[in-house]
Amino acid sequence: MLLTPAELEVLGLSLKVAFWGVLCSLPVALALAYLLARADFPGKILLDGIVHLPLVLPPVVIGYLLLVLLGRNGPLGAWLAEHLGIVFAFRWTGAALAASVMGLPLAVRAMRQSIEAVDRRLEAAASTLGAPPLAVFASVTLPLILPGVLNGMLLSFARSLGEFGATITFVSNIPGETQTLPLAIYSLTQVPGGDAQALRLCVLAVALSLSALVVSEVLLRRARRRAHGA
Amino acid sequence: MKLEVSVGKRLGAFTLEAAFASDGGVTALFGRSGSGKTSVLNAIAGLLRPERGRIALDGEPLFDAAAGVDVAVHRRRIGYVFQEGRLLPHITVRQNLLYGRRFAHGDGAVSLEKVTELLGLASLLERRPHDLSGGEKQRVAIGRALLADPRLLLMDEPLAALDAPRKSEILYYIERLRDEVRVPIVYVSHSLDEVVRIADTIVVMSEGRALDSGPLNETMARMELRPYLGRFEGGAVIEAHVGEQDLEMGLARLDFAGGALYAPDVDALVGERVRVRIRARDVSLATVRPEAISMLNVLPGTLKALGEGAGASIDVQIDVAGTLLLARVTRKSVAALGLAPGRPVYALVKAVAIDRHSVGWA
Repeated sequence: MLLTPAELEVLGLSLKVAFWGVLCSLPVALALAYLLARADFPGKILLDGIVHLPLVLPPVVIGYLLLVLLGRNGPLGAWLAEHLGIVFAFRWTGAALAASVMGLPLAVRAMRQSIEAVDRRLEAAASTLGAPPLAVFASVTLPLILPGVLNGMLLSFARSLGEFGATITFVSNIPGETQTLPLAIYSLTQVPGGDAQALRLCVLAVALSLSALVVSEVLLRRARRRAHGA
Repeated sequence: MKLEVSVGKRLGAFTLEAAFASDGGVTALFGRSGSGKTSVLNAIAGLLRPERGRIALDGEPLFDAAAGVDVAVHRRRIGYVFQEGRLLPHITVRQNLLYGRRFAHGDGAVSLEKVTELLGLASLLERRPHDLSGGEKQRVAIGRALLADPRLLLMDEPLAALDAPRKSEILYYIERLRDEVRVPIVYVSHSLDEVVRIADTIVVMSEGRALDSGPLNETMARMELRPYLGRFEGGAVIEAHVGEQDLEMGLARLDFAGGALYAPDVDALVGERVRVRIRARDVSLATVRPEAISMLNVLPGTLKALGEGAGASIDVQIDVAGTLLLARVTRKSVAALGLAPGRPVYALVKAVAIDRHSVGWA
């Protein structure tokens, strides 16, 4: 089954949006996960709740909040456009941002669990061997949580591929710019005679998600084996 | 090397209050489980912050509550061999061994080759911790700590998780460490066998307190510490050197200040110095020199002190030409023989009662 140029464009855009969304949210997710797993501070429950909001709020709410905050006339959006030249509104970068926000709770949850599972006595052992805190993190903590980090990135990636509500609200449905796979399917179902094409994209979506899951499972197993030294 | 420890901290149900000093060699922290031994070790390593007190190594404070000094763990250069090994699971044995190397300043006292040879690790280097047996893990953990070039080595019951043959194997390696690498060691244990075999100094701990500390042979003979040094296994420790090895009979003559002691299967050469624990329960007393008995060791001495207690048995301290022995006898015998301080007595010890767990190199 060969893809038409239009379908290829949709596929490429979806992958680009998901890839950059996950990559840019990785440091944020890891930092939040570490903070929630290790630190004790006032307002921790509140922060935990805020991180989880995208999981329970209607996506359209997230999309609308992003629009208000980061749209061309939004307080943050206007500042970013003026001082850094970064524009999210109606751009693929906005779609990536929406995807990463929606994927964040999944990524943080997976990473936090793996950080909580780390045997802290191993970190203590490393520090008695002369390793400063950052070196302990890089040489002990990070390798041990790698499976969890990968898992979090995968979940976030899969979530990004399926992101619809926040994306369409925030950056609209612009072919070639913000029209990812779910948005393209939605558009096709809105026009007469688009059913066959919509179905083709649905098959593509299934294939894409399935291969992402399989690849990640293989990576995860490999990383787990390494982390446990078996 | 001079280690000074004086720390205090509330820890849940009890208060840690420990003070002792060590001039090198092997210092044993001895006491029952839960007596605070590991907490003291953690405080020295910097893994536990005391509320008050001072810890200094060679005069340099590592912790001083009054002066606000608390050197970070990774800057203390104190090696730590944990009870459970704690090898990093995601890297090989070789990488584990060399882990501390990149943080160590200078070239260090020992090389990977030396440590590999000393601890018999050559065949393990490319393996992962997962595939190692308990004894192998502990050897790697000891090697890893050594290679980080520590000024002091802490060992927290490194034999606890091992079976008897592995225990004696690792003890042998620790003895080599003490004698060949000459790294000062603080060794936590609740086993008198281990302490007698390797320690020079003993710190007796109970319920968070360091009751007493001093040279092993002096402290072991102290009457007031008897309840804490093991009713069953406890006894005096004497230093001796091997005067003769009768290979035909399998007996060694161990000469010490108070005379000679015969013991079987002593794993040492003539002239070597050994340390022998004589359990109090293995020592009998007589007021006249007995004849025609199988006991090879008949040591004349003077009764120095009688223990207290209302039970059936009583501890007795005997001075054998300056060396103190302990005997556990019944109160009935004390009364029947009219034992009292100052009386000349003969201490009788069966040679076979001195087993290989009771003898260590001094």
